[in-house]
Amino acid sequence: MKDNSIGIVSPQLFTFAEDQQELVLKSGKKLGPITLAYETYGQLNENKSNAVLIVHALSGNAHAAGLSEGEEKPGWWDDMIGPGKAFDTDKYFIICSNVIGGCQGSTGPASLNPETDKPYGLEFPLITIEDMINAQKKLIDYLGIKKLLTVAGGSMGGMQALQWVASYPEMICSVIPIATALKHSPQQIAFDEVGRQAVMSDPDWLNGNYYGHGQPQKGLSVARMIGHITYMSDESMEKKFSRRLKDDNYTFSFSADFEVEGYLRYRGDSFVKRFDANSYLYITKAMDYFDLSQGKLFPENRNVDMRFLVIAFRSDWLYPAYQAKEIVQQIKMKNIDATYCEVKSTYGHDAFLLEIDEQTHLISHFLNNVYEDVEV
Amino acid sequence: MEDKNIRLDYRVILDMVSEGSSILDLGCGDGELLRLLKEKKNVKGQGIEIDEQAVYKCVAKGVNVLHGDIDSGLSGYRDKSFDYVILNESLQQVVHLDKVLEDSLRVGKKVIVGFPNFTYYKSRFQLFFLGRTPVTSALPYKWYQTPNLHFLSISDFRDYCRDKDINIEDTVCLGFKRRVFVLPNLLANTGIFLVSK
Repeated sequence: MKDNSIGIVSPQLFTFAEDQQELVLKSGKKLGPITLAYETYGQLNENKSNAVLIVHALSGNAHAAGLSEGEEKPGWWDDMIGPGKAFDTDKYFIICSNVIGGCQGSTGPASLNPETDKPYGLEFPLITIEDMINAQKKLIDYLGIKKLLTVAGGSMGGMQALQWVASYPEMICSVIPIATALKHSPQQIAFDEVGRQAVMSDPDWLNGNYYGHGQPQKGLSVARMIGHITYMSDESMEKKFSRRLKDDNYTFSFSADFEVEGYLRYRGDSFVKRFDANSYLYITKAMDYFDLSQGKLFPENRNVDMRFLVIAFRSDWLYPAYQAKEIVQQIKMKNIDATYCEVKSTYGHDAFLLEIDEQTHLISHFLNNVYEDVEV
Repeated sequence: MEDKNIRLDYRVILDMVSEGSSILDLGCGDGELLRLLKEKKNVKGQGIEIDEQAVYKCVAKGVNVLHGDIDSGLSGYRDKSFDYVILNESLQQVVHLDKVLEDSLRVGKKVIVGFPNFTYYKSRFQLFFLGRTPVTSALPYKWYQTPNLHFLSISDFRDYCRDKDINIEDTVCLGFKRRVFVLPNLLANTGIFLVSK
């Protein structure tokens, strides 16, 4: 274990929306009870002014940093969260929760439907990014936090961060959307749809009622393979794989000759072991529905007193920098203090998980400044 | 501003802006001017800078900065969003100078423009007697590596403002170490103008 790790962490559960108190979703449907799995790192200060909400991407979870008992692999943003890191756990109190619709502790399609005592499957209502953060808001209220120092996340995490701006601007001092967009473009929707079709065309999907029979492995794994292609860049794939072969010669068969084929298959297979296929459908749909363009980012007649740090990556073609600039454009119209940086990276969309030095520099200074202003 | 450790052009600009104003610095570089303005004049500042490494320096100084070029940097801002728009040592480097200045005057109540004076006597000397493209302290680049796209003089800028109906509210001309009051188009290597429309 590296000495700047926060060490062993364990998830906690928060359940709400019980007994007629269900959460009303954007679709009009109701959901309850709802459980959120979350982790916290660092200490909440006396004024409760040092709370940072980390929001995860499509396949992420509440385990953002540290090590789970018995696991060797740290949380998904461990490079960014810990003592002395960008999100410094010596200074800040970090919260990360699994989104609703997810499958890693929070209520989602694989959870038991209290009405039937069976997994929801497709009985689970369609959810939106707004529904996700409405649930997070309940958790933040439960933790007694009135105002978050920042909400930060990449990709779908960035969408949630932006949704916090639109829904609860009074509750945040700053926001850090990374490698994200105000809305899904047709290209992004198209990739998601191909992924969903891959899942739904697998005969093992059984119209979403596969629980007890095993996941639609092939479909979900193909969806994940497509996803991984969109997370990399031409250049990063060239560097990582080139045309290297797994063995020295072509096999003249359809087995995985090339390293890139082996990599994608491995990624697909390991995803199936940890992620619920229906969750994949629900969460990608939530991303596709997301649209805070045309002035919806800043609601009228609401006090927007916050600072922005927007980060994009040059080789990210899934969430290209022009989309980050659309966010910046909205910020300019409101004349809100902001920093935007398009980091020169070759990693593609994955850069938000891999470009640690640049992000650490940007985030640690930015957050330090926001925190100083709050503490004055 | 008497602080001799501060760059002469920065001191002039610090004097030009009023306390607590809002400022957009186009081509803010490493953010030093904005940092000074915040420290000494308590301004609300926003920078725009094209160079990524300079953006990191701004962030380290606590300066708000948007990574991007000046030519497209002003789009989005509403009319008169800022008390001042600053174009210090950057106007001569933009592609569409006309458009940028016009947009700056739209977005800012006042605009501060600082640029190297091309007809500084040392430049004239190099051009006339040596037959070489001038290299001076204010124009320090060789012809093949200069980022400057426009070469103008203090008199050129005055003419330009007259032709475009731009009001010149204040002019400060600088030599190597101090202000120049006599024959600025010849003796000053830098001109700083406070203009409005």
